[in-house]
Amino acid sequence: MNNHNLKEYWAINIRYVLILISIWFVVSYGFGILLAPTLNNIQIGGFKLGFWFAQQGSIYVFVILIFVYVYLMNKLDIRFGVQEVEKGP
Amino acid sequence: MSVQMWTYIFVGITFSLYIGIAIWSKASSTSEFYVAKGTVNPLINGMATAADWMSAASFLSMAGLISFMGYDGAVYLMGWTGGYVLLALTLAPYLRKFGKFTVPDFIGDRYYSQIARTVAVICALIVSFTYVAGQMRGVGLVFSKFLEVDIFWGVIIGMAIVFLYAVLGGMKGITYTQVAQYCVLIFAFMVPAFFISAQLTGNPIPQLGFGSKLVDGSDMYLLDKLDQLHTELGFAAYTSGTKSMQDIFFITVALMVGTAGLPHVIVRFFTVPKVKDARISVGYALIFIAILYTTAPAIAVFSRTNLITTVNQQPYDQIPEWFITWEETALLNWVDKNGDGRITYAPGQAIVGSPEINRTNGEIVRGEYGEVTLLNPLTSTENELYVDRDIMVLANPEIAGLPNWVAALVAAGGLAAALSTAAGLLLVISTSVSHDLIKKQFNPDISDKKELLYARIAAGFAVLVAGYFGINPPGFVAEVVAIAFGLAAASFFPAIILGIFYKKMNREGAIAGMIVGLLFTFAYIGFFKLLYPEYNTPEYWWFGISPEGIGTFGMLINLVVSLAVGIIFPDPPEEVQEMVESIRYPRA
Repeated sequence: MNNHNLKEYWAINIRYVLILISIWFVVSYGFGILLAPTLNNIQIGGFKLGFWFAQQGSIYVFVILIFVYVYLMNKLDIRFGVQEVEKGP
Repeated sequence: MSVQMWTYIFVGITFSLYIGIAIWSKASSTSEFYVAKGTVNPLINGMATAADWMSAASFLSMAGLISFMGYDGAVYLMGWTGGYVLLALTLAPYLRKFGKFTVPDFIGDRYYSQIARTVAVICALIVSFTYVAGQMRGVGLVFSKFLEVDIFWGVIIGMAIVFLYAVLGGMKGITYTQVAQYCVLIFAFMVPAFFISAQLTGNPIPQLGFGSKLVDGSDMYLLDKLDQLHTELGFAAYTSGTKSMQDIFFITVALMVGTAGLPHVIVRFFTVPKVKDARISVGYALIFIAILYTTAPAIAVFSRTNLITTVNQQPYDQIPEWFITWEETALLNWVDKNGDGRITYAPGQAIVGSPEINRTNGEIVRGEYGEVTLLNPLTSTENELYVDRDIMVLANPEIAGLPNWVAALVAAGGLAAALSTAAGLLLVISTSVSHDLIKKQFNPDISDKKELLYARIAAGFAVLVAGYFGINPPGFVAEVVAIAFGLAAASFFPAIILGIFYKKMNREGAIAGMIVGLLFTFAYIGFFKLLYPEYNTPEYWWFGISPEGIGTFGMLINLVVSLAVGIIFPDPPEEVQEMVESIRYPRA
């Protein structure tokens, strides 16, 4: 593992984090707060959309974002050979 | 069987379980005591984190608060879950790789400075103590309401239980009791929710139920109905709320960032074996938390609708039984202002202050219709109903006419939530004292046995202090929770983030940032919450930001000061930069 590769690993990691944090921001602060009054004009079932994002949707998205990050990083760790060695029991 | 009998049974069973775990999991080394030797399975850790995180406030108060705040309740729902994304993506894996015991450990080593470590210890202690006092109070309240035990004895029993498993078992004991407590609390929270959701909407899943149509034959969506009720009574529509947008924004940021900076949450991710485990463990934790947090807004809507439809314009002599029981606890009261014998519910406070029951020789003085009378002066609003927010969850099973054992289950759940959080906080306090202060500052050569002994003494002492505040709560306990989050956001979070992502961040910048962020936030909250509560209104706030949201501002100030001061001083030493480099990769 040379330094150049590690730098690339870190750069990709930062890129993942930035993309996922942007989604995090758009969904919670965007849909749930700033755009909520506008989105409330759309109703799906009994939910006004802005209200739904603020009290339900954003939380589901948070969970999904973490698992996407876990998946991406586990793959990235293996690709760059920085994954941890399995310890004995 | 009565609610009280059921409560004794449930509380008895759950407490025996916690004590059993305490005896089984006695810790024998500091590494076991502080981080359970770093061998906790990530799924187990996720569940323990969820119980650690969800306190008496989440379990007992949050749904009630939301039901009175409507849309604005989103600040808690998003604020207390969104921080986990920050934890998973920017903190937990790196702190796990760093691999020590505490947050002040990281701050002290990363900023190669005992001053930085001390500032971090002080923050950790303030944050944890403010938080733990509220938990002990919650324990006392549940005991006094359901078992008719004095708050004093309720707190003592709670202290004894926490003492047993926190002082004996340390992190190991706490982890496994928290798992048991999570199961108890989530079961207790969900059962009434399923029942009530099915009752009102025909759909037992509360997350879907509150977006469904009512089964009362009106063919209306529940939320539309609630908006309509609100408008008729003169409240703002439930789904739109009343706070300003910038305040909602700032409070949500402060709570999210505060969550990610709370030491008792962060330390849980030191307990898993690997970096990979730390990442996924945050994900599990958030799933377990989300089950409660997506149900709470549904319960808020159900209980709000039930309350309005069963109580408003109802003649008092036809009021359901539960109303009368809760009246005597001074948590739900009626004052007949217009003398029509009916309960009028409208915006504004019904009375000045919280209810004081009118008694002569210990007997409650009843009014014309048999209602409990109060000593409080009346306000000039039309509203005749006083509702304590906490009863929305506690009384929910009774309001919906559910069997007695469901109400008792809620009591056991509330206790589980309060105890699990209290234990996590006590551990942070004891670790801060024995590890960060005694071992790292005063006596580095201390033996592991001695350090463990000090950790136990510190935990025992912390239990006593927490118990004292539970019995004699300072009037401002509820108010200071804002301080806990504000301080965590304004002190720890920027220092840790910069420490991981900005290799050239030096100690001078970090210390200056933490101190300025801390003092600013403390001063702003102290001014409005403690010194001059009469000025605590939007017209006096800076940029319309309430004390609850000011931690966001404190965090930004911390960042700016850290970077600005950091530029003036030399880069951190080579070995610190290498350490920062090494925590970025799981292996290497």
